[in-house]
Amino acid sequence: MNALLLRDMRLAMRAGGGFGLSLAFFLIVVVLVPFGVGPEMGLLSKIAPGILWVGALLACLLSLDRIFALDFEDGTLDLLATAPLPLEAVVSVKSFAHWITTGLPLVLAAPVLGVLLGLQSDAFYWIVLSLLLGTPALSVIGTFGAALTVGLKRGGLLLSLLVLPLYVPTLIFGAELARRGIVGMDVGTPMSLLLGITFASIALLPFASAAVLKINLR
Amino acid sequence: MSLWEYANPVKFLSFSGKIVPWFAAGAALFIAVGLYWGYFLTPDDYKQGSTVKIIYLHVPAALIAINAWFMMLVASLIWLIRRHHVSALAARAAAPIGIVMTLITLITGALWGQPMWGTWWAWDPRLTSFLILFLFYLGYVALWAAIDNPDTAADLTSVLCMVGSIFAVMSRYAVLFWNQGLHQGASLSLDKEKNVADVFYQPLLMSITGFVLLFVALVLIGTRTEIRIRRASALLARERG
Amino acid sequence: MMPDLGKYAFAVLGSYAVGLALLAILVIWMVLRNTAARKRLEQIEGARDGQN
Repeated sequence: MNALLLRDMRLAMRAGGGFGLSLAFFLIVVVLVPFGVGPEMGLLSKIAPGILWVGALLACLLSLDRIFALDFEDGTLDLLATAPLPLEAVVSVKSFAHWITTGLPLVLAAPVLGVLLGLQSDAFYWIVLSLLLGTPALSVIGTFGAALTVGLKRGGLLLSLLVLPLYVPTLIFGAELARRGIVGMDVGTPMSLLLGITFASIALLPFASAAVLKINLR
Repeated sequence: MSLWEYANPVKFLSFSGKIVPWFAAGAALFIAVGLYWGYFLTPDDYKQGSTVKIIYLHVPAALIAINAWFMMLVASLIWLIRRHHVSALAARAAAPIGIVMTLITLITGALWGQPMWGTWWAWDPRLTSFLILFLFYLGYVALWAAIDNPDTAADLTSVLCMVGSIFAVMSRYAVLFWNQGLHQGASLSLDKEKNVADVFYQPLLMSITGFVLLFVALVLIGTRTEIRIRRASALLARERG
Repeated sequence: MMPDLGKYAFAVLGSYAVGLALLAILVIWMVLRNTAARKRLEQIEGARDGQN
């Protein structure tokens, strides 16, 4: 399992692995929004949690098809499916690798980009916290979508259509947690619901992903 | 004689061929009577004026939009557990109906909301949930269309339907939490006090019955279409092979 | 005979027009698709019987 994790991370870090790509995409989204809505800092800092959340979500989406596509093409996935390691574990490890190489950098980059949107420094804590709790769910849900579309040519667009509706609850609770935290409201409810979604996804979705992957490898 | 006999495609074709006309005729009758009654013979509501007539399209379409997904979920489970092809194809046939019903709900709702709330659209929990349901339908249909192997497509869409159902319910509650809304509560409930007034209730029931019959008829027709397409491609494949 | 819809005529008539049009499109589309599938299947089956 460790070997698989390290291998996936190394592959992602390598040039063309999409590691820097989603970060760059995140940056561009955040830079584009002020061009769209105007440079007024008051407005920007008000919508900053939403922008950062949506940006992180889109950047995460961009790298999803990488999770299985390469391994599917060169046959590694068939090997992994017949390996002694259960496929559920393979899927979980791959989600985890995706989170470390995509989700975690996004979390760390968010405060830096928050400066561009006029966030005060005490807001950084809430942005980082909400993303830290929410992005694992994004990776795991995305892995399910990637497993669904693994065998398809041009699956990328379909993958977005399938995964984005599944991201709705995570986005709502994540952004709400950040927003409430920043204005100093009670954060108990969104935080526990966000945690619930994240942990439930991590615990249950790998089974669905593995089942789907088995169907696709038939 | 058990229900499962109709899981045999040939049996299903002959049986459904016999009952489709009845459902279609019943649907036409009930929808016609319900809408006529609702449109011409009911008074205006004291608050909502004549817009209350929209209810005879809006509520039945919304009911079908939700229950079509539920039917797809049940059919998907039957396919995954008992591997009856008819079941998977029925789920596939229900999806476009669900899409159209969701669209009708959203559009009539917008037209209704404009004079009542002063806006076509509000990010109200009910409206938002329907928009999300619409996206789920689109994804489901797109996945069916994207996969060539029919059994793989049936398996994958079934799993998507199951996972999607869970997330759809979660979205429903997430949206409720995110914004308390303008929309009134359910128009129909067992709690008599909350129901819409009787004058509107009876034609509404007619219309709902008509929509349900229409849904059944359309699902049967759609399933027949899918069975035939499947059989045609199987025959072609056999000849080529 | 026509009920007086008052100032809401556009909303009510628009809803009925759009709703019924969409229903009609759905029904016609599904029936046409079914007819096409039936004809195609009959054609294929006919060709096969001809060969035997």
